Amino acid sequence: MADRFALDRREFLKTGVTASTALLIGFRLEAQADDPAQTQEKPRINPFDAWVKITPDNRITLILGKSEMGQGIMTALPMILAEELCVDWKKVRIEQAPTNPKVYDHGTGGSGSIAGSWLPMRQAGAAAREMLITAAAQQWNVNRDTCVAKDGGVLHGARKNYLTYGELVPTASKLPVPDLKTVPLKNSSDFTVVGHDTHRFEGKAKSDGSAKFGIDARVAGMQYAVIARCPVFGGKVKSFNAEKTKRVPGVRDVLTIEAVGQGAFTAGGVVVIADNSWAAIQGREALTIEWDEGPTASESSESLHAQFVANASKPGKAVRNDGDADGTLTAAAKKVEAVYEFPFAPHASMEPMNCTVHIQADRAEAWIPTQAPQWAQDVIAKVSGLPRESVVVNTTLMGGAFGRRYQADFVMEAAQVAKATGKPVMVLWTREDDMQHDFYRPASYHKMQGAVGSDGKIAAWKHFQTSTSIDAMWSEKGKETPENSEFATAAFIPYQTPNYRVEYTLATSGVPRAWWRSVEHSSSGFVVECFADELAALAGADPYEFRLAMIGSDREIPDFGNPKEGKPLRTARQKAVLKLAAEKAGWGTPLPKGTARGIASYYSFESYTACVAEVSIKEKAVKVRRLVYAVDCGRPINPNGVRAQVESAAIYGLSAMLYDAITIKGGRVEQSNFDDYKMPRIPETPVTEVYVVNSTEEPTGIGEPGLPVVAAAVCNALYALTGKRYRRLPIRNEDLA
Amino acid sequence: MAVTFTLNGKSTTVEVDPQMPLLWVLRDTLNMTGTKFGCGMALCGACTVHINGEATRSCITPISSVAGKKVTTIEGLSADASHPVQVAWIEEDVPQCGYCQSGQIMSAVALLSKKPNPSDADIDDAMSGNICRCGTYQRIRKAIHRAASLQPTK
Repeated sequence: MADRFALDRREFLKTGVTASTALLIGFRLEAQADDPAQTQEKPRINPFDAWVKITPDNRITLILGKSEMGQGIMTALPMILAEELCVDWKKVRIEQAPTNPKVYDHGTGGSGSIAGSWLPMRQAGAAAREMLITAAAQQWNVNRDTCVAKDGGVLHGARKNYLTYGELVPTASKLPVPDLKTVPLKNSSDFTVVGHDTHRFEGKAKSDGSAKFGIDARVAGMQYAVIARCPVFGGKVKSFNAEKTKRVPGVRDVLTIEAVGQGAFTAGGVVVIADNSWAAIQGREALTIEWDEGPTASESSESLHAQFVANASKPGKAVRNDGDADGTLTAAAKKVEAVYEFPFAPHASMEPMNCTVHIQADRAEAWIPTQAPQWAQDVIAKVSGLPRESVVVNTTLMGGAFGRRYQADFVMEAAQVAKATGKPVMVLWTREDDMQHDFYRPASYHKMQGAVGSDGKIAAWKHFQTSTSIDAMWSEKGKETPENSEFATAAFIPYQTPNYRVEYTLATSGVPRAWWRSVEHSSSGFVVECFADELAALAGADPYEFRLAMIGSDREIPDFGNPKEGKPLRTARQKAVLKLAAEKAGWGTPLPKGTARGIASYYSFESYTACVAEVSIKEKAVKVRRLVYAVDCGRPINPNGVRAQVESAAIYGLSAMLYDAITIKGGRVEQSNFDDYKMPRIPETPVTEVYVVNSTEEPTGIGEPGLPVVAAAVCNALYALTGKRYRRLPIRNEDLA
Repeated sequence: MAVTFTLNGKSTTVEVDPQMPLLWVLRDTLNMTGTKFGCGMALCGACTVHINGEATRSCITPISSVAGKKVTTIEGLSADASHPVQVAWIEEDVPQCGYCQSGQIMSAVALLSKKPNPSDADIDDAMSGNICRCGTYQRIRKAIHRAASLQPTK
């Protein structure tokens, strides 16, 4: 039971569908039923058909099977291929793979691309290399053991023969593909690409305006559409008048699309189609619409808070129960109780949602900034009635995603409109649409209780959470296990205690929720790392020393929610990042007056992070002066990219601490654009130092793990500065007074 | 209505609604997509271009107001990404998703044309209108200092 959702999320990231959602989304079930390729192991694929293209003039193109959203995967994965293939990184080209789930696992998320692709990419590159060597040896009629791959060619030492891959590929690509399980992989001590700082492949295109995002798709004869959606979640169109809209110059058509429920979760609405984006937006403003606001029109942030408080007054469902936390707490002399609370948070990627689709009688083509191309392909196939093979999905660059672009809602809408018009059409979301029709990070409320014994150790740890669970949104009704998407590491903390209890109660809401950068770790990680700090203070201990002592011996702690598939937390690695961050930050050394340090350390996405924050309060606002990170994500593929991701996650986490609040009133989102929804800007940016452990462990994720620690480190520093705990995010100015 | 202006050094005439913002003329009428739509309200800076050398938010600039003026977009900075700011951006690996970077670069170029050696405070002041959700601000700061050192001295 406990690991079902964790497994579901992994499966979802792999194929765009979970076992439970497949049952609910009819078209998904059909797509799965007629194609076992989606659910089975990939067959042994010829690397020259899937991963490497080499032309006779020795131009080498590496294929990217994941989506680039800023995380640097367009650089890191081809680096792995290039390493095993033995080609000059500076000469390779990189192309996005065609959408074909029989060959590729396109789904990009969960900080899992490197971890999941490291071995397959090595094997694919090595298989291609071995085939090229065999082809050369056959041509020269020599023992293949006397041939080596070097800089995009094969060299036979004794004869000083050299043939380029371009010369060899016609023969090599027809040879039998080696068994991937036994194909020889390079010795890591010979790596010349992996582990070396590398510039982002598409950095130039992103500096001269030539990079093509989804919103930049331009197709002959295309139209532009915007949709008026009910501002209240779950509401729909009752009636509308488009007379004024049709008089707006450039507007071509007005039509309606139906809401699509479980799985796609679209709002439906009135579609305005025009010659350009501006005319479509103007046309929408001219609409008069009467809405049926639906069943959750009375929901508000206040009503949700009241629900949280009521839930917390009663025991929740026991998720984990070691020893007797309640009894120990009752009897304890030194104890503390604290409540932490988080609002909904939006993804707010800079490129608003958009999708361009052209559905014709016998084929369809789409240009989509998507983390889940195969899911998008299925949606368009279902809506168009075409077989999946007849739907070409071009995965574009994404102007940010952070989990938002895993959804298929914006694809469903565009497919509906394209089906209705028969013309190529971009459905464009404005900033307001994007802000008000997101799938938000859940709102949550955590009641923490802890006790410290006379020995200074943690005698009891009790974590009650109530939240608007992600699982409850995505699982089949009646089969939800809402707690499974809400705790993760918070249900297997590294701090030793004999009495450890985790409880959960679902809070109901009409607000859509899904995966936001670092998902449940963004809130539960903050709670764990702030509450550990509270217990350190209760014990009268230094927060850094307390953490090291409470982690204790070197051991493995199983992933509580996913013990079979999830890697165990290794305490030695957790302690190592704590020590590295503390050392680099000068933990314990004097700081200028009015400045203080805080520390936090967390395990997420199978990676280890620690962060020391230096903060002050300036003009009644938090000033984060410096962040010192230590991260262990196994073997770093591109250390430059690892540092960039941590710098990025730090700002995203600070945004959640300082500003990220989506509030609900009348069943709708109150914020609409960057004036009432703020994000950090350059003056708020701290100096961020990132120290990457030079590990030889298997590589793990880094797009998200930098996030959970930053707000905790800052709030722990604020406590050191002010003696006050900051448990409700975002921090309000009045909290600092 | 026909509007004529100079776009990246070339005289350009468009026949559009005079209220249509320059952003959408560039993107949808001229298919020059390097300039980005972020907010439509001059809040994020993704649409920043230069009008007569001044950094301007094209999303709220009616095309009629551009008549007879010189507009420079990201595509017009250089033919080969060789502008010192672009070189610095690539060297420092500033872009992540990259969506806001056209606007960031145009703001940075405008800053450096006024202050060839900006302080951190100058950078904060000139760049605070540009949001980056990937949080590349630290590298933006470094790249602007690097670009300042790359510029030919005037």
